[in-house]
Amino acid sequence: MNARPAPPLNLLWLQSGGCGGCTLSLLNAEQPHLYLRLAQAGIRLLWHPSLSEETGEAALTQLQACHQGREPLDILCVEGSLLTGPHGTGRFHVLSGTGRPMIDWVRELAARARHVIAVGTCAAFGGVPTAGGNPTGAVGLQYDGDQPGGLLGQDFRSEAGLPVINVAGCPTHPEWVLDTLLALALDRLGAPDLDPLNRPRFYADHLVHHGCPRNEYYEFKASAERPSDQGCLMENLGCKGTQAHADCNTRLWNGSGSCLRGGYACVSCTEPRFEEPGHPFAETPKIAGIPIGLPSDMPRAWFVALAALSKSATPRRVRDNAVADHPVVTPAVRKTGLK
Amino acid sequence: MTQRILGPFNRVEGDLEVSLEIDGGRVCSARVNSPLYRGFEEILPGKAPADALVIVPRICGICSVSQSNAAAAALRRLGGHEPPPNGRLATCLITACENLADHLTHFYLFFMPDFARPQYRGRPWFARAEARFRAQTGTAMGAALPARAQFMHLMGIMAGKWPHTLALGPGGSSRSLATAEVLRLITVLRDFRGFLESHTFGDTLESVSALTDLAALERWRQGRGGDLACLLDIAEDLGLERLGRAEDRFLSFGAYRTPDGHLFPSGVWDCVPHALDSQLITEDPSHAWMAGDALVPAHGLTQPAPDKPGAYTWCKAPRYDGLVMETGALARQMVAGHPLVRELVATSGGSVLARVLARLLELAIVVPEMERWAQAIRPGEPWCRSDPLPQEGSAAGLVEAARGALGHWLRVDRGRIASYQIVAPTTWNFSPRDRQGIPGPLEQALVGTPVEEGEGTPVAVQHVVRSFDPCMVCTVH
Repeated sequence: MNARPAPPLNLLWLQSGGCGGCTLSLLNAEQPHLYLRLAQAGIRLLWHPSLSEETGEAALTQLQACHQGREPLDILCVEGSLLTGPHGTGRFHVLSGTGRPMIDWVRELAARARHVIAVGTCAAFGGVPTAGGNPTGAVGLQYDGDQPGGLLGQDFRSEAGLPVINVAGCPTHPEWVLDTLLALALDRLGAPDLDPLNRPRFYADHLVHHGCPRNEYYEFKASAERPSDQGCLMENLGCKGTQAHADCNTRLWNGSGSCLRGGYACVSCTEPRFEEPGHPFAETPKIAGIPIGLPSDMPRAWFVALAALSKSATPRRVRDNAVADHPVVTPAVRKTGLK
Repeated sequence: MTQRILGPFNRVEGDLEVSLEIDGGRVCSARVNSPLYRGFEEILPGKAPADALVIVPRICGICSVSQSNAAAAALRRLGGHEPPPNGRLATCLITACENLADHLTHFYLFFMPDFARPQYRGRPWFARAEARFRAQTGTAMGAALPARAQFMHLMGIMAGKWPHTLALGPGGSSRSLATAEVLRLITVLRDFRGFLESHTFGDTLESVSALTDLAALERWRQGRGGDLACLLDIAEDLGLERLGRAEDRFLSFGAYRTPDGHLFPSGVWDCVPHALDSQLITEDPSHAWMAGDALVPAHGLTQPAPDKPGAYTWCKAPRYDGLVMETGALARQMVAGHPLVRELVATSGGSVLARVLARLLELAIVVPEMERWAQAIRPGEPWCRSDPLPQEGSAAGLVEAARGALGHWLRVDRGRIASYQIVAPTTWNFSPRDRQGIPGPLEQALVGTPVEEGEGTPVAVQHVVRSFDPCMVCTVH
């Protein structure tokens, strides 16, 4: 006899001080598409600001039902940073039709939610709106940059006992969000499955560098010098792929893409404070000609020694192609002895 | 007379609140509030000019590439160098992909689901509309979402990812394509054409582009399947060509700057076409929670004043020579002189139908252009210049986003951004009143909209609001 299927999990999605890009990225989900994916995971989209039919008072009815506990709130997704300004009032974002600051809605709904997910770096850590002096008092749900706290405070735990799950990324990959939801639906996401910044380990225990198609250039320190060059982007063009936590080059974007495949630097958008790197994004800060931001788990002296050695051993093909926008030297065709 | 505040107004990008005064079953006055302020114009000063390419796309997740394109255009004007032909073609293809995907998202996910609402039960087209367009569960969703996602593979090939690519810069594109990738690109475009021809139009794109007058459109519609014909049936029954008229003044900054010039030119339509003079643009904060007076954006200020009396939105009011302007696909096609669009506006004005039809016509016109641009790419030839940016200067980047005219005004001082002002399409369309008390385009378009007995959020009001395809996160940044 088949077990009776579990009732669907209610998902409420709110947007605040962000750009909506994590939702738009979510629409890029494929095989199957977003709505089928949610249905198959047993998730019912109670209300979403871009996707639901209900508007105005019909939408408010849904929010109030969750707020008052009449409707179970299994998963609360928050996209965008939480704006505490001006002067702590939250009036930089009043939820339309309610006259109440969004931060008040989020605090109260989070207290009712079985799970709370910060979708994107804004909701996780504050993100881009905190740049340049943070004019709106933007914070993340449970972090303010890399400091625990944020809107809900360090000690916040959702009804299921977890902190806010930080699906960081600017934007998020659709699969990071959908796999987090599926893991929750299957009861496969617990505290040990989150990294020290409460990001799901299934995507955050990787480096963007892993699977980078420019790896041969990296190995030989054959570096791009200007946009559209094919070489490694780390030495000159600001790439942080060897330090940034995400699986962008093994879980590709829009079919076959990633930032590095697009020819531009990883700006480490899954990390707290990525928005204020302290240097121009597309330039690599150096001391004595050596990049400051070396691979995080490699001793500096070793890196410098290996870099010197590999640069001296760089094949002409790699050296010349690194500073061209198309292969100027193709791999040699010769008998290799391989059968 | 009754007053009503509508919100949260969803299936638009970002947060929107609309206040109405209703008398005799019709809207007699409307005010539009953009209730979210994030302060991008305060964030950018002090940064390296090229950092704008990372920051400004994050103003908006749905117009991300357009924001990027405007910043790249402003930086290019500062430095004064043209990208090589491949770089211009890449910019056209990447911006077209975003714009057309936005048109598709608007039609299938944001606009059409309102016709599947229960209050339309009893209309002859209701069963078809409900089965096809109901939010989340209509059959069109299962077709349009995969088509959109696969069309976006263009971004994976040419821009690394979407949204928030960093591929476009002042010198062109950072992503060079080899022949294998050009071939994949052409495959992606043909696949998208296939979706549009079988689902959206029920005809070839060329046949739809060739519809040049209302009589031809009427003949074409008869007995035709496809989603455009369904919309036309609904529009005829509900009179959507008579709903949501503003002042019929239109503005376009010019779209798709190919190596041979703009596909759709810049200009202003005010009964007749005029050349664009960007010096005539001002932003008036009189009804915004912003301090200061009306200024040209090159000297614009952004100083929040949350307690300002008489203000009702964070949005400033852009005006052109003091006049209200509407922008978007309808404006682009009015300025470009699309004969069907001009006849429709001459007959019944800019309307809900005219705005939505103009977007669908752009899908039919631009996809074949994209196929030509892809064919014109020359692998092995340059994609990008990398000239150093000047340490001082001012420049404007004026481009077209899906929703219309997007301008970035940049001033650089000692190698750092000194001022950065942004006027986005929905800033124009959803502007508040100016100091003369003249309402913005949506505020005017809502006047006269019918309100049925017992309607909470009147459905006709929803049609008018969504016909503009508002992007609220761009409106106030």
